[in-house]
Amino acid sequence: MLIEIKDAAFEPYQRLLDYQVSANFAGKYGATAVFVGSMREFNQGDDVEAMELEHYPGMTEKYLQKISEEAASKWDILDSLIVHRVGEMQPNDPIVLVAVWSAHRAAAFDASRYLMEELKSRAPFWKKESLSDKSRWVDKNT
Amino acid sequence: MTEAVIKIKFFASLREQVGQADAEVAESHASTVIEAWNSATNNMTMPENTLMAVNMDYVEASHAVKAGDEVAFFPPVTGG
Repeated sequence: MLIEIKDAAFEPYQRLLDYQVSANFAGKYGATAVFVGSMREFNQGDDVEAMELEHYPGMTEKYLQKISEEAASKWDILDSLIVHRVGEMQPNDPIVLVAVWSAHRAAAFDASRYLMEELKSRAPFWKKESLSDKSRWVDKNT
Repeated sequence: MTEAVIKIKFFASLREQVGQADAEVAESHASTVIEAWNSATNNMTMPENTLMAVNMDYVEASHAVKAGDEVAFFPPVTGG
């Protein structure tokens, strides 16, 4: 179980491979569910040129740890990984990686969805978008 | 001796509305989260959807606070 907050661009699929090697659990799982969220170049009908992602250092990690522990108690999973960007980002940059490993697919699907939904609704991150003529805070998640 | 204080933090759009990122409130001025808000913001009306945390756990406005606590106020979250 690992939580990472990154202030520079990361490559989610490389991070996933590296984590799997370091976790040393090859052969123990039959299912890996992976979600990658990336920055769009559009939002609410406008072109978005860049984005600043702010967070609450400390509470972010504490909250993501809490939901990771909840997922591990609700479903029969082997391990989970959450990586989330903060700072200045550009369109197409990966924002979030959630991966869950389990023996069978149902637990990995369900736990990864749970982690993403809880992260979106309660983890203390905030997006501020730069448009061509102004910047604006994103006021709520869809 | 310096007076015991409660640490206050504001984030994102709420930080801009309040006009400060950090504040301190004397323990004698606040026994709950909402009292800490009132003291730190000079009784500014709190936006309806404001989220609150004490020592990095979500709480309600009536939650008790004491010296040494870190109380945070922020708008709805938009990560992921």
